[in-house]
Amino acid sequence: MSQAETTIGPSGRTGKRTKRQRQPNEISNISNLLINIFFWIYTAICVVPLILVIIVSFSDEKSVVQNGYSFFPSKWDISSYEFLLKDYWQIIDAAAVSLFVTVVGTILSLVIMAMYAYPISRGDFPHRNFFSFFMFFTLLFNGGLVPWYLVYTQMMHLKDTLWILIMPLLVSAFFVIILRTFFANTIPPALVESAKIDGAPEFRIFVQIILPLSLPVLATVGLFQTLAYWNDWYLSLIFISPEGHVNLQYLMYKTMLNVQFLTASPQAMAALAAQGVEINLPTETVRMAMAVIGIGPIVFVYSFFQKYFIKGLTVGAVKG
Amino acid sequence: MIKALDWDDGEMGELKMSVTNPSVSLSEVKKRGRGRAPNFLRVMKKYWVFYLMMLPAIIILIINNYIPMLGTVIAFKDINYQKGILGSDWVGIANFKYLFSTETAWVITRNTLLYNTAFIVLTLFFSLAFAIMFNEMRSRWLSKFHQSAMFLPYFLSWVVVSYLVYGFLSAEHGFMNKTLLPLFGVDPIEWYSQSQYWPGILVIVKLWKEIGYTTVIYMAAIIGIDHEYYEAALIDGASKWKQIRKITLPLISPVIIVMTLLQIGRIFNADFGLFFQVTRNAGALYSTTQVIDTYVYQTFLAIGDIGMSSAAGLVQSVVGFLLIFLANLAVRRISKDDALF
Repeated sequence: MSQAETTIGPSGRTGKRTKRQRQPNEISNISNLLINIFFWIYTAICVVPLILVIIVSFSDEKSVVQNGYSFFPSKWDISSYEFLLKDYWQIIDAAAVSLFVTVVGTILSLVIMAMYAYPISRGDFPHRNFFSFFMFFTLLFNGGLVPWYLVYTQMMHLKDTLWILIMPLLVSAFFVIILRTFFANTIPPALVESAKIDGAPEFRIFVQIILPLSLPVLATVGLFQTLAYWNDWYLSLIFISPEGHVNLQYLMYKTMLNVQFLTASPQAMAALAAQGVEINLPTETVRMAMAVIGIGPIVFVYSFFQKYFIKGLTVGAVKG
Repeated sequence: MIKALDWDDGEMGELKMSVTNPSVSLSEVKKRGRGRAPNFLRVMKKYWVFYLMMLPAIIILIINNYIPMLGTVIAFKDINYQKGILGSDWVGIANFKYLFSTETAWVITRNTLLYNTAFIVLTLFFSLAFAIMFNEMRSRWLSKFHQSAMFLPYFLSWVVVSYLVYGFLSAEHGFMNKTLLPLFGVDPIEWYSQSQYWPGILVIVKLWKEIGYTTVIYMAAIIGIDHEYYEAALIDGASKWKQIRKITLPLISPVIIVMTLLQIGRIFNADFGLFFQVTRNAGALYSTTQVIDTYVYQTFLAIGDIGMSSAAGLVQSVVGFLLIFLANLAVRRISKDDALF
């Protein structure tokens, strides 16, 4: 933790401090205690709902049906996960779709956006204003759902393909603006000048000088794009038919509405039920187990990367 | 977080963040590099590499944004797939007339505006309060720890959040009905069919998810304040409250004002994920939970009424555009650097 980090320390802090001695502008012990208590409570509020879902997924179905969702189930049980494992193929398939779309989408979108942002950041490019506005205008006005949907389905014929999950999120005007700002403010024009004098072609300057110098902002945008792709269920909801290759978020959404969606063939289940065969489906716990599987990766990523997210949010926030 | 404009999960965030990047104004670029306007083709020839680099993004923007903008003419047509979109008959403003003659039009507009107003006011209040409190915390480590915890909900998709809410509100098994309410001797409530509870629930859920994010933005602004102000205030004997009121708030007010104005510019756009997933799209709740975005989705993809849906969408886009424009004018008045254009 270096001093230069843009996280928040108490105001007026200089150098080290022993526990007992209070800096002149620090808050009193009692208010510090109150603030601490308050934040402990709030932290609990942020984390507890997740813990509830995890606990329910490891509970015994019968005790859940009797006592409802509880933090202290009367009996632990992993049959919900066993049930999911029986039908693991669908989950693997959905996870693969999510993973592919996230990886390919993030890389592609970073490349495409950086290649657009660099020219419009260059002061000597005469058409930069037009292209800045061309990008910026998409933030101001949009056609709305219906024409947008028709373009992708009737014109591009991308319904039920993997590309439909990638393409709409590739270019975000807002990130292009952030990238442009970064290129314009942190890369000394003299650097580009001297490279040009040495006879380096434009594209090589971009790849070998600009990009390596822009790693912080690229990392930030990359992280946010990763999150956007991984968490996206909207595109699946609109463009992917339920029998197609759905992603993990959409599988969770469907499971939320109806646990039967998880079973390989709902028709067979219905037929069995019609014959009066008792089907033992631990619905409540299976639902939550599905949620845990869906949440797992993102919480994992969060625990490693959250500090970069927080840092990234403040990229360019403090005017140098 | 960031999406194309068609969905909303965090567009507010987009615009919020751009506040912290002031150099979006195009006019300032114009001031530099005055000179004879170079001939277009000469520029093309000299900078052909740039054009090539920008090509992929240009193609995507045209498909994803500009063609749909032209496609808004659908709202003035009676779409018939046999005739094709261009060949369908013009019906003038019949779709709009029909839309505004319904009760629903008024309800969704009211809901969208009221919810967004509540979100703007409460988010501002809580994230400012949290940011100031974080800034005063003595233990830097603890402050970081709580920030991280607060940031967790931001990482969860609305689908996941809907599970968490369901865990609490499910009628037969939910934590509320089975554990909390019996403690107070209250009868169980059918949450997913009682619309009167949802304004409160949705506001809480939205704040729970987004507050960590906005708090970080305001904290970044507070860090940027020069410590000498506080030292001077301390010598003058200013109390903490006085310092917050007379130094912290005034100095970050440009950020506050700009962010708020931008959110007001987006007041017609509801967060689709919140209203669609968290309410489980339950029809019984529509009177208090249906907003313009969910209505557009519902009438188009569930009911298949292209005319009504595109009319509502176009009204939303046009009003949204005007609002952003006005908000930007207001921002320009206050601080030219933070204006978007």
